Amino acid sequence: MSTSIETKLATHHGAASGGRVIAAAVIWVALLFVPFWLPMLGGYTDLATRALIYAIAASGLNLLLGYTGGLSFGHAAYFGLGAYGTGLCLLYVAPSLPLAIVAGTLLGGIVGILVGPMVMKRKGIYFAMITIAFGQMFYFVAVRWNGLTGGEDGLTGFSRVPVHIGGEAIKLGPERFYYLVLVLFAVVMAVIWQILRSPLGHSFVAVRENTTRLRFLGVAVDKQIWVAFAISTFIVALAGSLNALLTGFASPDNLDWPLSGSFVVICVLGGMRSFWGPFLGAVIFIVAQDYLSSVTQNWMSFIGLIFILAVLFFPQGLLGFLKGRARS
Amino acid sequence: MESLLLYSAFNGLIVGIFYALMALGLSLILGLNGVINFAHGTFMALGGYIAFTIEPYVGFWACLVIAPLLAVILGLAVERVLIRPLYGRDPLFSLLLTFGLAMIMEDLIRTIWGAVGEPFALPSYLNTPLSASLFFLTGYRVVLILITVFVTGALFAVLRYSRIGIRIRAGNADLETISAMGVNIFFLRAANFGIGIFLAGLAGILAAGQLGLSPSIGSSLIMPSFVAIIVGGVGSLIGSVLGGLIIGVASGITAAFFPVAQEVVIYVIMAVVLVARPRGLLGQEGLFE
Repeated sequence: MSTSIETKLATHHGAASGGRVIAAAVIWVALLFVPFWLPMLGGYTDLATRALIYAIAASGLNLLLGYTGGLSFGHAAYFGLGAYGTGLCLLYVAPSLPLAIVAGTLLGGIVGILVGPMVMKRKGIYFAMITIAFGQMFYFVAVRWNGLTGGEDGLTGFSRVPVHIGGEAIKLGPERFYYLVLVLFAVVMAVIWQILRSPLGHSFVAVRENTTRLRFLGVAVDKQIWVAFAISTFIVALAGSLNALLTGFASPDNLDWPLSGSFVVICVLGGMRSFWGPFLGAVIFIVAQDYLSSVTQNWMSFIGLIFILAVLFFPQGLLGFLKGRARS
Repeated sequence: MESLLLYSAFNGLIVGIFYALMALGLSLILGLNGVINFAHGTFMALGGYIAFTIEPYVGFWACLVIAPLLAVILGLAVERVLIRPLYGRDPLFSLLLTFGLAMIMEDLIRTIWGAVGEPFALPSYLNTPLSASLFFLTGYRVVLILITVFVTGALFAVLRYSRIGIRIRAGNADLETISAMGVNIFFLRAANFGIGIFLAGLAGILAAGQLGLSPSIGSSLIMPSFVAIIVGGVGSLIGSVLGGLIIGVASGITAAFFPVAQEVVIYVIMAVVLVARPRGLLGQEGLFE
């Protein structure tokens, strides 16, 4: 009896992982040809770029949120810092695209490293509250430091400068920029995949599952949370940097609380416990947002409604829901 | 110089009162309901806007009671329909839900009352300064302080001496046990939520008279209220009040001498407290973790 269950489980597991490889292959192929098929469906390339950028941000956040169990509701701060860092670098340091992306990512990530120790000691609901509050701090810095950041109007006047490769200046139109973002998305997903397979990633999941036990085993739990927090802020800052290059400006909205909440709801929508969950959530969210803001003034209400419906009826997310169906 | 310091500190104290009232309600809800009510700020804004609408009919003083009560009715409906299913689940979900609720309510307020701010008309006898040397002390500010002291005192008395107050405190300590002893904890949590929303609604009216109304007044006051709780210490209601007043005064003084940092200073204080005393000034160790 027990052996039959085990074989059943084994075959089921084998089938599932085989299906997973096929699903991943389909996703990558689809992403590779977005500029060809998306316009046929009435979309535009920048929309897909934005979805990928949000997918990067949400996947980075999910490392902390879904895998380590740290309820961060303030990650827009690092997204915004990435955006401002990139804009300021292009405006005042050097008109170099790679340098600007690195600068934005480093700015957000380093601030994340510094904020980490102040939030890591608290858990659960308390952690959420502190991250919300810290998130808002940078919003006020951006709004008030008029001379540097452009205040309420945001930072403008920079654009995607051509990239120089082998003495040739390559201009980044929407399509080329999409492929740049796609490459970075692939790198981020590969890094997250590797982290999750490593002892470090297993320790993150252990923090989520049983903090007390981990403490007894002699693991410095706070430090693990700090590491997860820092890694996630680097990734989110990279997304913010790319977003600034996509839109051509950095706005205080990039740092504000509705965006922090949006990142969390993206993870929940797609499925927090799944590798591809944040990506799926980002696609759904960005398409819904684009559609809603084109048909109604009150799109913010509808986004809020998505939050509420997701929580009440879809807490496992799309992938969690599908997995549950497959299991039963 | 000294009068400027006094003046700005007093300005800050007034704003700190709003933070304190908000933080008090948030703390109550956080304690017994285990929910970070992110929509607290929009309930506050709603209180202010309802008062703005009904004031011409009932007058200022009746507003102070009627408008918060109307906000409470909506709050109880929200608690019953949306928040109750989430008790006992990961706090992520209730926080996310109230995030969504805050977005919807702010958007609706903007749709109903307009995106442009509205001034809130006060009775003229409240608006005149009491004396020439203390020009910043209007009758309204005195009333505002008296109301806040009275309401806060009443709240602590209720929590200390009344049956429901004792149950709320007992529920904070051990919800399971009082449930086993026959207390209807669903009713208790609804009542507690209602009290919190009442405080938010009241803060909304008082703030409307002082700061004027705008759709985003709620989200601009809720963040400092979180900071007030963190500075004062999670789990301590007196701490929340104290935290609110401290950051209010600090922000007020900074606004006079270094205006660009008037918001950031609040978060700097929070960071200092978190480093020096992670549980907050009067907080209990290990709560909500």
